[in-house]
Amino acid sequence: MQKTSAAPAIRIRNLVKRYGSVTAVDGLDLDIAPGSVTALLGGNGAGKTTTIAMIMGLLLPTSGSIEVLGHDMLTSRYRVLARMNFESPYVEMPLRLTVRQNLTVFGRLYGVAGLAARIDALARELELSEFLGRPVGKLSAGQKTRVSLAKSLVNEPDLLLLDEPTASLDPDTADWVRSHIERYCAERGATVLLASHNMGEVERMASRVLMMKAGKIVDDDTPSGLLARYGRQNLEEVFLDIARSPVVRASQTEPVA
Amino acid sequence: MSMAGTDTGLSARMNRVGAMVLRHWYLLRHSWPRTLELIYWPTVQMLMWGFLQVWLAGKTDTVATAAGVFIGGVLLWDVLFRGQLGFSITFLEEMWARNLGHLMMTPLRPSEFVASLMVMSVTRVAIGFVPVTILALWFFGFNLWGMGLALVAFFANLYLTSWSIGLFVSGLVLRYGLGAESLAWSLSFLLLPLCCVYYPLETLPGWLQIVSLSLAPTYVFEGMRALLLENVFRGDLMIRALALNAAYFALSAYAFRRLFDASRRAGALLQMGE
Repeated sequence: MQKTSAAPAIRIRNLVKRYGSVTAVDGLDLDIAPGSVTALLGGNGAGKTTTIAMIMGLLLPTSGSIEVLGHDMLTSRYRVLARMNFESPYVEMPLRLTVRQNLTVFGRLYGVAGLAARIDALARELELSEFLGRPVGKLSAGQKTRVSLAKSLVNEPDLLLLDEPTASLDPDTADWVRSHIERYCAERGATVLLASHNMGEVERMASRVLMMKAGKIVDDDTPSGLLARYGRQNLEEVFLDIARSPVVRASQTEPVA
Repeated sequence: MSMAGTDTGLSARMNRVGAMVLRHWYLLRHSWPRTLELIYWPTVQMLMWGFLQVWLAGKTDTVATAAGVFIGGVLLWDVLFRGQLGFSITFLEEMWARNLGHLMMTPLRPSEFVASLMVMSVTRVAIGFVPVTILALWFFGFNLWGMGLALVAFFANLYLTSWSIGLFVSGLVLRYGLGAESLAWSLSFLLLPLCCVYYPLETLPGWLQIVSLSLAPTYVFEGMRALLLENVFRGDLMIRALALNAAYFALSAYAFRRLFDASRRAGALLQMGE
């Protein structure tokens, strides 16, 4: 388990989300260190998306607290939203607007200074220059993912939330996207919370893995720590062990950090 | 450190409202059917009521037909109806594009989002309205702009009503999804018979007049008839309309806020769409 003396980028205490009689997130306690890349894993319905949505402020918890970059997301989320961003291939950008128009709109919403130069720089970095004038709806899946990534980086966020950032991309493009995210994090010291079902991606990018099941974190370690403890060759086997086991391997009595 | 501004001042707020207006301006520019639709229906309505008025003028002797109360009514009704539609459709565009989740993760406040919807409501009405008023002058010799400053009072009140309805409908769609979309197209029509658009208040039965007088647009259409038929601007009617509009707008803003929070509790922002 990692320990850090710096104030956490994300601090969650006793977070609960219920939909009627269904408990989607069940008393989560969690600290995420600044500058770290943390993967949130779990089967469908484990509570990953619900947790991320509450961190972003899209979803109100039933109870508990969430602090992001030192701000309470329930009472002062607008103080911190400009320092966060999100990327998911499942949430498309407006399709009729061109790449430049989309980035202009989102850049202005985030209050980015020197926006035109920022968009040009992003376009160069993400090899989007030739597509800037093209509607997003006319781009390939890989190009759309790069646009979505550009949008997520337009405000140079201190906290980046990624939901399956390379889903449905070919291995070459997926590798390219991962490399770019890694480079960005290394240069900016940004914190990343990554939800993914791609275990190779998690092993490569994450320094810490949180395993969720039935709304709780049931294990928390480095990728190598998990492999060693479960005696497995890769994270996919660890994932299957946890997903198919009714037993909680590591219960939470203290906030995991 | 992020390069984004965390300024909560007026200029940052205006910048975000401007960003949303720009987003919808881009959308209109990219889609000529959307622009055409803004002109098409107001033109059809105006021509139909205009020719009806011409026919009635030949059959009857009433001052009303000569003074253009039908065309005036249809044009002002269109400000109310298209204003609400402009507000609601701009909101629905975000639902159709499944973009609301993206927007709500940015520093855009609900109040700024609503302000951008108001600006787009005015913009969309203006795109359709200006050419139609020119056509009304050309075809029927009816000059709406001849109402002068009274028109400002009429427009202000009708826009306020249209935004109140649009805000309430948008809140319902936000909370209950696109299943509530049909309200965006139909709710305003509830006002059409009650607000005395084409006939004076005394036409209604007594009990319905009470209902009618509780609705702000009634005072606007009564005021329009006073201006066209008696050449009198009824400021008192406009003040009553403004007071009612202020109350209705406050109620709608409260309802929108509650429905927005309810949608955040229910996770509706994550499941935008059908």
